[in-house]
Amino acid sequence: MDKGTVIKIADLAKIEINDKKIEEISSSLQKILNLVNEMNAINTDDVEPMSHPLNLKQELRKDEVLEENERDLFQRNNKYIENGYYKVPKIID
Amino acid sequence: MEDKTLIELKKEIQNKEISSYELTKFFLNRIKKIDPKLNAFITVTENDSLKKAKKIDSEIAKGNINPLSGIPIAQKDIFCTKGIKTTCGSKMLENFISPYDATVVEKLDKAGMIIIGKTNMDEFAMGSSNETSYFGDVKNPWNLNCVPGGSSGGSAASVAARLIPCSTGTDTGGSIRQPASLTGVCGIKPTYGRVSRYGMIAFASSLDQAGIFTRTAKDCAILLSHISGYDAKDSTSSKKEVPDYYKDCTKKFEKMKIGIPEEFLDGLDSKVAEVFAESINIFKSNGCEIKKISLKNSKLGVSAYQVVAPAECSSNLSRFDGVRYGFRANDVKDIDELYKKSRSQGFGDEVKRRILIGTYALSTGYYDAYYLKAQKIRTIISKEFQNAFKEVDLIIGPTAPDCAFKLGEKLNDPIAMYLSDIFTVSTNLAGLPAISIPMGFKNKLPLGLQIIGNHFDESKILSLSNHYQNLTDWHMQKPDMLGET
Amino acid sequence: MWESVIGLEIHVQLKTQSKIFSSASTNFGAEQNTQACAIDLGLPGVLPVLNEEAVKMAIKFGIAVGANIENNSIFARKNYFYPDLPKGYQISQYEIPIVSNGSINIDINKKVKKIRITRAHLEEDAGKSIHDLYENESAIDLNRAGTPLIEIVSEPDLSNAEEAVKYLKHIHSLVRYLDISDGNMQEGSFRCDANISLKKSNSSELGIRAEIKNINSFKFVEQAINYEIQRQGEILDSGKSVIQETRLFDPIRNETRSMRSKEEANDYRYFPDPDLLPVSISNNLIESIKLNMPELPNDKKERFIKQYKLTDYDTSILVLDKDLSAYYEKVLEKTDLNPKTTANWIITELLSYANKSNTEVKNYPVSFEGLASLLTYIHEGLISNKQAKIIFEKMWNNGEKPQDIIEKEDIKQISDTMEINKLVDNVIKNHYKSVEEYLSGKDKLFGFFVGEVMKESKGKANPKIVNQLLKEKLRNDK
Repeated sequence: MDKGTVIKIADLAKIEINDKKIEEISSSLQKILNLVNEMNAINTDDVEPMSHPLNLKQELRKDEVLEENERDLFQRNNKYIENGYYKVPKIID
Repeated sequence: MEDKTLIELKKEIQNKEISSYELTKFFLNRIKKIDPKLNAFITVTENDSLKKAKKIDSEIAKGNINPLSGIPIAQKDIFCTKGIKTTCGSKMLENFISPYDATVVEKLDKAGMIIIGKTNMDEFAMGSSNETSYFGDVKNPWNLNCVPGGSSGGSAASVAARLIPCSTGTDTGGSIRQPASLTGVCGIKPTYGRVSRYGMIAFASSLDQAGIFTRTAKDCAILLSHISGYDAKDSTSSKKEVPDYYKDCTKKFEKMKIGIPEEFLDGLDSKVAEVFAESINIFKSNGCEIKKISLKNSKLGVSAYQVVAPAECSSNLSRFDGVRYGFRANDVKDIDELYKKSRSQGFGDEVKRRILIGTYALSTGYYDAYYLKAQKIRTIISKEFQNAFKEVDLIIGPTAPDCAFKLGEKLNDPIAMYLSDIFTVSTNLAGLPAISIPMGFKNKLPLGLQIIGNHFDESKILSLSNHYQNLTDWHMQKPDMLGET
Repeated sequence: MWESVIGLEIHVQLKTQSKIFSSASTNFGAEQNTQACAIDLGLPGVLPVLNEEAVKMAIKFGIAVGANIENNSIFARKNYFYPDLPKGYQISQYEIPIVSNGSINIDINKKVKKIRITRAHLEEDAGKSIHDLYENESAIDLNRAGTPLIEIVSEPDLSNAEEAVKYLKHIHSLVRYLDISDGNMQEGSFRCDANISLKKSNSSELGIRAEIKNINSFKFVEQAINYEIQRQGEILDSGKSVIQETRLFDPIRNETRSMRSKEEANDYRYFPDPDLLPVSISNNLIESIKLNMPELPNDKKERFIKQYKLTDYDTSILVLDKDLSAYYEKVLEKTDLNPKTTANWIITELLSYANKSNTEVKNYPVSFEGLASLLTYIHEGLISNKQAKIIFEKMWNNGEKPQDIIEKEDIKQISDTMEINKLVDNVIKNHYKSVEEYLSGKDKLFGFFVGEVMKESKGKANPKIVNQLLKEKLRNDK
């Protein structure tokens, strides 16, 4: 896996990679890919991908409000809250 | 006391021969004395558990008793527990206190059990040795220089060392069965959808299942009945009725056809092969017909697993961004840095590695070759199992290719680590139930026998396990924790 | 030389009680983060469960646009990072959406044009990011996270801003008719993104397109599209290429601004959501929903034309807003008012007040009973049309009842023949010279006499009766 690809996926995954570590990561990822590529030993052209091990169908939930305001509970222990808002560094679109 | 089974303890509590308080205190003391050697626990809830034990004792005195009232249990630190930290073995959730209980936790709570603590695990359930936890390695009670297996290393080790009669675990590619094998206890992974995943921090959603560690199959059966069942909060849970597994597995043993995949014997370690052959003999001489079968694509399971699991986890772990909960890096200049620094500092290397592979496997241009291909392989593997189950009732094999390896031995070789899951991953890919029970030793380290069943055939699995445990005593062997022998 | 090619993506918030994957409330305007439960916050371990009403609403929409309803549709994860997207992915649909291959017809230049709808799929809405509350931080409110949306994607069949607005208004009307959405553009329950590109008139090859996001009024859609067409035309005329990108419309400067380059944009890494199962929709369910569909705009239009003998134009206006057409029919109900004059009154008088003040039907200060009373007074000759307009203004502005206004201001029309005869006699007496001229053939003077009688009565005389009596009197005088 080339350096450029590693940098791109790291950015997509929002993970920082130290320049020194790129070599190491790229080679360990490549090893995993080698393992994964063994899947190509078999032809799967006429095979359906598995959507669910048991082939169940989605249950539907009745449209009713069952949740109450628990904001305080959820925001307890978070020091980056003001006036009930979650705060993050300013985003400029 | 520490050797008593769940069933025995249940009886003693019911007969008021022992109080829950005494029982809980006993295990807390054992944990205090022995766990420093093992590091199996991340959190021990001494005060809370004793408080609850007292409460349960007073309820019992009034005549209010639930099926498992007063018996302590350890919860793998992947299950959300209200008011008790849930860390998932990670710095990312080091101080996270869930505002709600996982369904599994709720159910055991309702049955009267007491949470004595949260057990150590590989970070975010990614690992086969419990060496990736932010809170340090767990040691194998049989040899403190060896790994207990993973990711549920703490849950397995604590039961093996008799620090607790039972514990919960999760299994995505073998994370219950493999540590059970390496520490000489029983560990069951139910059929996918048998147990609710609500509140179980997700690793790979289509593979994860909650399960149990105990020392006997009968104990496993009791607990399995309690945690199983449809949960409206989990769209992937099954509505299938939950049998009385204890009743089913203690019934008179009926003849079974057992299949042994020839691929599982390929290049198997000679000692492991020898021990396994003995188990086969025991089955053969005790009412079972042995049949050779072939699961020729089972080896592809490891490759497919190494795509599906990272792909799903790369998405599942995106919620850990430092914004609403969990670790948040200081001193960041913009939102991009907030994400990158929080995640890079909060996650360990193995987690990052899997997120990267997963992201790659799902990215444009690679989706078909990787994720889609892996999902097709799942169909093939699944069909293979279905065909096998037309001829046999259950499939057996060694749980792991070898006994416990030394700490640090495979840490720098992730591929070697992944290959230790070779016998277990295909059952997760097909959603099948499987158990690991002790079958012998190599170099004084336990070896496990895996029994795989068809969907919802947990009763058959537990029945054969119980049958085996009536004929052998591997499951009664225990490590010398205190130098007492 | 350049032809514009436009496709619209409309995000419609469905008016369910609870969110699409959780049981938290979807009420608008709640205090920040008081309607975001564990599932909406993306806490560790939570799982989504699908709201059946959202599914039914999507099916209703599909039926209304003659689309294919998928028997087994799949939810997929769209992965990207943004603070108002708690899980780091949006649950949406990618392959196998619930609705596909529909269409609607719009009227353009007296012709009917079919606009194809590629697909409509279910997805969850994100929360809100507020950037102007704090100096160095953005504030995140997740109340909206998890609200059900259908995203309606049209084929690029629209050729100009007029068609685009017509299409948009049609869909807007439709979702309100189906009662699946409030369609409130100000509150954000109806949002439009436009994809615009230019191509050479004779060519079938499409140009590079730009996406204009989140335009929240019909007027702005028109402005944004026209600006964009001009902008792209100028670029292409100068021999350069249009950049494929996302742009925002600035209504104050009336221009579009680049937001981010679509090429650099996220790779969303769509894959089927493993926490959700395929949504199985039986043909029986579709049939039962079909049988219970409300009357749709086109059917209502045909019915109005047939039943009330209205013009195409008048019907179009009445029918566009479901509430307005209901208001109209309620006014007619239990009265024997003339449907055409009633329609006329609503379109010319009432709507001019409503549009000026941007009032929705549900907030009209004049109830349908009030209007019915007023129109009945005209019909019975109690007041004149002119007087009624004055009364209506007071009804609208002060909320008073027509009968109260009539009594207070003594506006009653004079319809008493004896009284009017007196006035007629007066006028004839005072203008006997003109009467002579009229009788010898100057017919045009009749209008003058009518005017004089009205003046005498201070405008209160019933014009019809005045006409009638004048004619009689003047005939007798011959």
